[in-house]
Amino acid sequence: MKHLEKTVINVENVKMKFNLSKERTDNLKEYFIKFLKRELNYQPFWALKGVSFEVKQGDKFGIIGLNGAGKSTLLKLIAGVMKPTEGHIQVKGSMVPLLEMGAGFDPDYTGRENIFLKGALLGYTRRFLEEKFDEIVEFSELEDFIDVPLKNYSSGMRARLAFSIATMVEPEILIVDEVLSVGDAKFQQKSREKMQSLLNEDATVLFVSHSTLQVKTICNRAIWLNQGELIAEGSAEEVCDLYDEWISEES
Amino acid sequence: MATEKITGHRFLYNFRKYKFLLYQLVSRDIKTKYRKSVLGVFWSFLEPLLTMIVLTIIFSTLFKGFGVENYPVYLLTGRLIFTFFSGGTMAAMRSIRGSASILKTVYVPKYIYSLSAILSNFVTFLLSLVVLFLVMAATNAPFTIYIIFTSLPILALLFFTIGVGLILATVNVFFRDLEHLYGVFLTLLMYATPIFYPPNIVPASFRFIQDYNPIFAVIECCRSAFLYGELYDPHQLIFALISAAVAMIVGLALFYKYQDKFILHV
Repeated sequence: MKHLEKTVINVENVKMKFNLSKERTDNLKEYFIKFLKRELNYQPFWALKGVSFEVKQGDKFGIIGLNGAGKSTLLKLIAGVMKPTEGHIQVKGSMVPLLEMGAGFDPDYTGRENIFLKGALLGYTRRFLEEKFDEIVEFSELEDFIDVPLKNYSSGMRARLAFSIATMVEPEILIVDEVLSVGDAKFQQKSREKMQSLLNEDATVLFVSHSTLQVKTICNRAIWLNQGELIAEGSAEEVCDLYDEWISEES
Repeated sequence: MATEKITGHRFLYNFRKYKFLLYQLVSRDIKTKYRKSVLGVFWSFLEPLLTMIVLTIIFSTLFKGFGVENYPVYLLTGRLIFTFFSGGTMAAMRSIRGSASILKTVYVPKYIYSLSAILSNFVTFLLSLVVLFLVMAATNAPFTIYIIFTSLPILALLFFTIGVGLILATVNVFFRDLEHLYGVFLTLLMYATPIFYPPNIVPASFRFIQDYNPIFAVIECCRSAFLYGELYDPHQLIFALISAAVAMIVGLALFYKYQDKFILHV
């Protein structure tokens, strides 16, 4: 894998705070009562405590850490769905997030209509979707069901459609949360190949996982997050070895 | 600051980029609303027509139509406008919370959800105007050039609805009581607005409710044209336009101030 020395993602001292009040005050009556009793105490929780790193073009960048380390928060910040409490994030290039891919489908819509709806949500143009339509249907193997409302799909069929739409572009930056185990064994094989072809190109990939084995095979660089802090940054081998060592010490 | 420059620049770029999404969301709302019903989109014509007939029968027999000339057109004008406002603001209020799952996974400018909710109601409203024109023709109402002039107060109404919708969408993210409260408020507003009764039956001491009601200003403008074939009182139009501008400014300011916090609360 070659290194093109162009920074595509720049994360600069990013902090993210959530308010974890024990009960969420989301109605007016409670709010007033608590306000009067001065019980509006928030428990700030810092999911990220000042994380900085750079991702260069073409990097396959792994993010490892335990549950609750802040990995998913970090991905959402980079995907732009949340804004950091402090710090800056810059992303250059088109980005496709493969996070919870089923979101954005309409159950009453047919597969055909959902391709256009979901495609529009991902920011694709009509012309692009019309061009790629056949390819998407073919890849998802849903030719016979494309005019059936999505509510009659099995969960596997839905996942196949979602995967096919999301990966039909060749994005410059691909964000992948956990492994994509979609559909039956046959489709999994196909999706793995598709992922591999996306990985082989010049695309920059952000890959989140618990499994150091996967990170080692896919990534060239990695960071290790623990409780919102950056513990290690470097080549995927090094960081994964450090992490594995730490895991075995802990247990 | 640098970040503000980027977001300011982003606005127009985003709008062009997400025009297709806006179109998709609007047509989705309209299509799924009538899906599986035999008559489909014809219901947007049929529903206001049937309601109008029912109300006309009730009020012209019980109250002799309050002595209003051409009661069907009088009623239909008021009802269509009010239905658009109530339906549009209701849908906008729920738009952000209703899109929670997408909000958390893909970046899309959030106002798109509220805007599409209102625009789909607006399309239904425009379709139902066809019914109004049919009823006008059936009742020999005058067709004059001033009908074209009603597009101005209707645009004011659209922007007023967008402004109010953005305010409601923002507040509803933080306080869900609003959904229940607003329903009650709309009922109150409907009876306070002269939709099925003439404005002059209200005691003089309560007339201020009509004077400061932007929706009624729009209804009055349209009634002048549809009912009497006259040009509306420009003061009414100016009042509607100012209300729309104020609602838009407050709505946009509020929405942009809090939109980054939406995801933490939906």
